[in-house]
Amino acid sequence: MNLVDYISAAPEMTLLGLICVVLVADLFVEDEKRVITFWLTMISLAITLWVLLTTAPSGSIVLFHGAYISDPLSQAMKIAVVGFVAVAFLYARDYLRANDLHKGEYYVLGMFGLLGMMIMISAHNMLSMYLGLETLALSQYALVAFDRNNSNSAEAAMKYFVLGAIASGALLYGISWVYGVTGTLDFAVMAANLAADPDMNSLPLWFGIAFMIVGIAFKFGAVPFHMWLPDVYEGARSPVTLYIASAPKIAALALTLRILVDGLGGVHAVWADMIMVLAVLSLLVGNVIAIAQTNIKRMLGYSTIAHVGFILLAVFCGTGKGNAAALFYTLTYVVATVGAFGIIILLSRRGHEAENLSDFKGLNQRSPWTAVMMMFIMLSLAGIPPLVGFFGKLNVIDAVLSSGYTGLAIVMVLASVVGAYYYLRVIWYMYFEEAEDQALLQASTDTRVVLGLNAVAVLALGIVPGWLWALCVTILG
Amino acid sequence: MNLLAQHLLSVLIWLPILGGLLLLVIGDDDDSRSAKAGMMRSSALLVTVLTFVLSTALYIGFDNAALAMQFVERLAWIDAINAFYYLGVDGISAPLILLTTFITPLVIISSWDVIKSRPAQYFAAFLILEGLMIGVFSALDGLLFYVFWEAMLVPMFLIIGVWGGERRVYATIKFFLYTFLGSVLMLVAFIYLYGKTGGFDLFGFMNVSLSLTAQKMIFLAFLAAFAVKVPMWPVHTWLPDAHVEAPTGGSVILAAIMLKMGGYGFIRLSLPIVPDGSAYFANFVIALSLIAVVYIGFVALMQKDMKKLIAYSSIAHMGFVTLGFFLIWSISSETGAGLGLTGGMVQMISHGLISGAMFLCVGVLYDRVHSRQIGDYGGVANTMPTFAAFMVLFSMANAGLPGTSGFVGEFMVIVASFKANFWYAFLAATTLILGAAYTLWMVKRVLYGEVTNNNVAELQDLNSREFFVLAVLAVSVLVLGLWPAPLVDMMNTSIEQLLAQIAHSKL
Repeated sequence: MNLVDYISAAPEMTLLGLICVVLVADLFVEDEKRVITFWLTMISLAITLWVLLTTAPSGSIVLFHGAYISDPLSQAMKIAVVGFVAVAFLYARDYLRANDLHKGEYYVLGMFGLLGMMIMISAHNMLSMYLGLETLALSQYALVAFDRNNSNSAEAAMKYFVLGAIASGALLYGISWVYGVTGTLDFAVMAANLAADPDMNSLPLWFGIAFMIVGIAFKFGAVPFHMWLPDVYEGARSPVTLYIASAPKIAALALTLRILVDGLGGVHAVWADMIMVLAVLSLLVGNVIAIAQTNIKRMLGYSTIAHVGFILLAVFCGTGKGNAAALFYTLTYVVATVGAFGIIILLSRRGHEAENLSDFKGLNQRSPWTAVMMMFIMLSLAGIPPLVGFFGKLNVIDAVLSSGYTGLAIVMVLASVVGAYYYLRVIWYMYFEEAEDQALLQASTDTRVVLGLNAVAVLALGIVPGWLWALCVTILG
Repeated sequence: MNLLAQHLLSVLIWLPILGGLLLLVIGDDDDSRSAKAGMMRSSALLVTVLTFVLSTALYIGFDNAALAMQFVERLAWIDAINAFYYLGVDGISAPLILLTTFITPLVIISSWDVIKSRPAQYFAAFLILEGLMIGVFSALDGLLFYVFWEAMLVPMFLIIGVWGGERRVYATIKFFLYTFLGSVLMLVAFIYLYGKTGGFDLFGFMNVSLSLTAQKMIFLAFLAAFAVKVPMWPVHTWLPDAHVEAPTGGSVILAAIMLKMGGYGFIRLSLPIVPDGSAYFANFVIALSLIAVVYIGFVALMQKDMKKLIAYSSIAHMGFVTLGFFLIWSISSETGAGLGLTGGMVQMISHGLISGAMFLCVGVLYDRVHSRQIGDYGGVANTMPTFAAFMVLFSMANAGLPGTSGFVGEFMVIVASFKANFWYAFLAATTLILGAAYTLWMVKRVLYGEVTNNNVAELQDLNSREFFVLAVLAVSVLVLGLWPAPLVDMMNTSIEQLLAQIAHSKL
């Protein structure tokens, strides 16, 4: 193999190099000029994106003795995660500055997390998957504890770290069993071995898969491994929640697709039922408990759990259509979530975290545009057409129905009616109630523009969803 | 002009929506009497009147004899799932579109200076709603239909929630969740049919053969969506709440047009797509319709709130629509079956006009006295003679007096039910007594007798704006009552074709 072949792994290498540059450069930046770090970060992300676009292989290439793969799926997911991380950083900047939290660590840790996500997305081997996962997880633990004087953040970080470590342990334990049965860590070889020798489909394999699914469910936040998620969403400062709620969901989908589809696709029957139970529980528990929340970050946490149910049900189908629907759903879900947390951050100001539903009261009087954007995002999450969330649900339901599970499809739509209530409640507070807080919303022009584009994207992707769906189908269908 | 004719339906849909968005962009200022607010009202009116004028081209250019859909537009929308931007009208949907474009400007005029807070958003919501409703009536692609159908809920949700009465939040959330619950089951049915046909084309749905079990399931899914919308007993409870809390304009649109979506859904989707399923459940639907006619009629009799009374009367009248539609299988002769369908359709149009007018009448009183309770009025005819004349006319129409449009549809349906079964007709005909009882009793208590209190004594009669709106409606109620032929002729071919389709089993 020539050196030039390694160019497919150039995005990760570039990003790693640039992180080091930003890390060192940040040492020499004074506190009041911290915005320099922000722009250096943005430039780094732009360069990474450029490298991603220019080094894209046609078809798929496996590198480093089967540890790394570059294929259309990894390409699309990486572009998405780089983009979402950049948007998250932009939304976070003004908040961090206003709350005396504008430190280089936020960006550096965020970029390390991004590196972890990219490694997960390109993993072609259990160990490189684990490596990426831990890189991401460690960055997230540190990010949650980022505001070290805040006891809520510290508590959330501790909870996240302990539970996350247990889940990583479970995943690793499962990997070791599956390795013991199949004799390989490489996903392609694993699939080939499983196909060649039906005897491998035995109790030890099931045991290993069960543990791996515990790990996956934890990282995604599926019931009953969801306990950390609302606490972390609530405890972390809003920009950190924004980060955790967005791009890592795409990485979690990569984790699921790479392991369950690429590696264990041949034994679909073994893991499908487990995934289905987790998914249905997530749908029901997430939607019902979200109704009782008064803290909007916590509410969106439970709403995430419900959406994870949808994503997992798409994966459960085990068909190309299902996998494509999972990808479409995840991408569009993240577009809406980034916008929702962007608006939560916009409503916050120095010393006032806008995290209660009541902070949204009368938003229509204070700023009609922000209210309209939030309404679009909430309706999209609720799955009301013509917003993009509807088409995500449509595709998943279509995949489930065409696999012959009519009952599941009905459970899904009924759960989304339950879910509609708490999204409508946000609209109700914004439009039907009088404002308690008359403070003007302040945001810099670039944030306003991107937030506006974000809301427009939620609508525009709903009116013309065809190209994105076609793309997902080409990648996975 | 040719370009306009080819894209007439798109223009009718998007002109109000874009107009509404424009109003939102310009936005409100704090003073509802300002020149800007006045400009908002005028431009909203201009857009709706223009839409109405354009929609007359739909009537003029409509070919009563054509079997195929007319004014068809078909563009690729989502290639990957074979969904099209596919519009067209026939004799069933065209009258409903005309009803929509006719009622909306009247609603805009009637809310002219009544709406004090955020008029731009209010009028924008109505404009967007109008476009979406026309979209529902003209969509020939299942997915497009569903998109318009659901999207329509959002402006109505806001209209009730922002400009409604005291318990508006409860009412509007109930309205949204009830209708949403019904609709999602319809979505599952659509996706199932998509799986069978490989596309969302409604004609594809109509032509595919389906087993009886599948047809039953699909029928029930459709029933969930449409029964809530009509609304049929026992899923009607959202309607009185929504009507009572909605602002007058919202009530008018809700009663005049949104309820018709349910009836339209039955006739456009349930009957032709699952004829055998519909036949299987026909008696069930007839039973529910008769319960609505009789039982809800009694419920209406007991109401103390005028808006609630009219809301219940709407449910009873819509019972006639579903009764007419599902009589087909109980009638042997083909003319009788056609009569039921035609009667149901005429009843929908006529009820749109009459219930809209009734809600406007209540609105006129409410704007002056700020009460909807029958007990707060009495002797209104003494201080508001012109208004009283209009209200009596609309009440007579509501009770089904010959010569008004209310008579035509009800009469057709009763005749059709006589051909089906004496007892159907017997129960249905009770509405002539009950309808007269609850409407006229209300009229007596509100309009006649001595002036009961100072509020009534100080009432001013109709201003020119209110007079205009009620006069236009009064004329149309009478014209349609005396000479329904143009409407019936418009529907005839489509209804015959529908009957042929239903007769053809899909098993």
